Amino acid sequence: MALIEMTDVGKSYGAIRALAGINLRVDAGEVTCVLGDNGAGKSTLIKIISGLHPHNEGTLRVEGTEQSFSSPREALDLGIATVYQDLAVVPLMEVWRNFFLGSELTRGRFPLARLRIREMKEIADAELRKMGITIKDINQPIGTLSGGQRQSVAIARAVYFGARVLILDEPTAALGVKQSGVVLKYIAAARDAGLGVVFITHNPHHAYLVGDHFVILKLGRAVLDRQRSDVDLDELVTQMAGGDELTELSHELRRPTG
Amino acid sequence: MSVTWSNRILARPDVGAFVAALAIFVFFLAVAPSLRSADSFFTVLYQSSVIGIVAAGVGLLMIGGEFDLSAGVIVYSAGLVNSMFCWYLGVNLWIGALLSLIFCLAVGLLNGWLVMRTGIPSFLITLGTFFVLQGANLGVTKMVTGSVSSTDISAIDGFSSLRAVFASNFTVGSVTVWWTVLFWLVFIALATWILQRTRPGNWIFAVGGAADSARAAGVPVVRTKIGLFMGVSFLGWFVGMHQLYRFNTLQAGGGVGNEFLYIIAAVVGGTLLTGGFGSVIGVAIGAFIFGMTSLGIVYAGWDPNWFRAFLGVMLLLAVLVNLYIKRIFTARRAG
Repeated sequence: MALIEMTDVGKSYGAIRALAGINLRVDAGEVTCVLGDNGAGKSTLIKIISGLHPHNEGTLRVEGTEQSFSSPREALDLGIATVYQDLAVVPLMEVWRNFFLGSELTRGRFPLARLRIREMKEIADAELRKMGITIKDINQPIGTLSGGQRQSVAIARAVYFGARVLILDEPTAALGVKQSGVVLKYIAAARDAGLGVVFITHNPHHAYLVGDHFVILKLGRAVLDRQRSDVDLDELVTQMAGGDELTELSHELRRPTG
Repeated sequence: MSVTWSNRILARPDVGAFVAALAIFVFFLAVAPSLRSADSFFTVLYQSSVIGIVAAGVGLLMIGGEFDLSAGVIVYSAGLVNSMFCWYLGVNLWIGALLSLIFCLAVGLLNGWLVMRTGIPSFLITLGTFFVLQGANLGVTKMVTGSVSSTDISAIDGFSSLRAVFASNFTVGSVTVWWTVLFWLVFIALATWILQRTRPGNWIFAVGGAADSARAAGVPVVRTKIGLFMGVSFLGWFVGMHQLYRFNTLQAGGGVGNEFLYIIAAVVGGTLLTGGFGSVIGVAIGAFIFGMTSLGIVYAGWDPNWFRAFLGVMLLLAVLVNLYIKRIFTARRAG
């Protein structure tokens, strides 16, 4: 059974149709890449799966049960964790506080429940080491880490909290080559740990390095939907660069001969 | 762990305020000889506590990324609701106190709900409630009593027990200690504990630092922020009870301007104006700087009219020291 199965899903904001007729399947131990240009509907798709905005067409099934999320908490409780490009962490808070944000460990009962601070620091430190992330001091504000490290902490957090589906929103967009490599390594690590990964990106090269299944969105619709065996990097690059539109454009821009 | 102790200490938000408070304290000890007694020190603490109790709540609210400009007048609204309800209907003052508590919590709830529901900055929403309360304080008082101050309630049932709870003091040797000072310390300890050691505390930092990230991580942003607004109005109620049962009557126009003292105390105490960073101890030190300055000028024998100007200068200096310390700290971090 698929972890997530979207059938004919669509989303409108008032009169604007941001997404329509999307079919997407996420299986355990696989990386599903969603590619698309700015405004193609990638963010809308993530928002539906992660519970920020509910969809208003089609069905979204999580392990066979139909769902319509009204808050990120509901998606999290079903094991769907999202790592956002720009809102992955709270920069001024310490690394360990970020690691446990929203799922803090406490001892005692309300109103006397208190944080298990030492334990949380130890776990955060151990989990980050396990993923191969070395941080000088678990008490430093996470804003002092590099972009790649911050993304990696967010991924490690999702894996630790038992995520079965990991959604990554443009994790490599703002990173350099070396940093991107670091993040791609963690994506592969999460896949090998048996998670279903949804990797959102506009970089077909990054996608092809780790992807098992590719979906290209354009203007809110899927224009390509293939398994790794049925597609090669060149085709992804061409489709992403504009595909048929690009061919047309090249005709228009051709130097007049004769 | 390669982080040294000096770095750890400088990373605290309240260090700048502590240094500033120490400097101002030494300054007034030097220029105002009559300040050099335990009794006047406790008078300073009392003065600080009346501002500091509400400021503790405002500090948490600001760490949570919001403002409350109605926090000054709600203190007087709290007292007036209690006083006039009981005087007009002739009922026990405890009933009025309870009613006033419900009223204040409802105002806090409304502030928070409006801010979260509309997305309008809390600065504007609470500026609105500030004016509504200020106008209603005067209007209703005039309607009920025919003047701009509430009537003396010391003869109504429940007065002595309420005074014992909210507005009593005891003497140790020659020193008069107001209970509000001890309550202030309790509120500081409680707020510090909540902020540093509990889940809601973690959420306060998160919603102030990056509300969207916090929401995405599953933090109940709306509940946390509304709770903070209600915390401020609860503490406003507490100080309102103190004012009412200490003086028996209240001026209906009181409290205006105090909201800025709370905000100043928080900022001087190292709270980041944009939220996400700060400490309750820092806010308490900020309130202490206020108390010391307001009385120091009197003890030094200067014209008290200069108080606000002097306070302004002191605060600017305190903020500069704060900034300077923080800059040293960030430079060390980078190096």
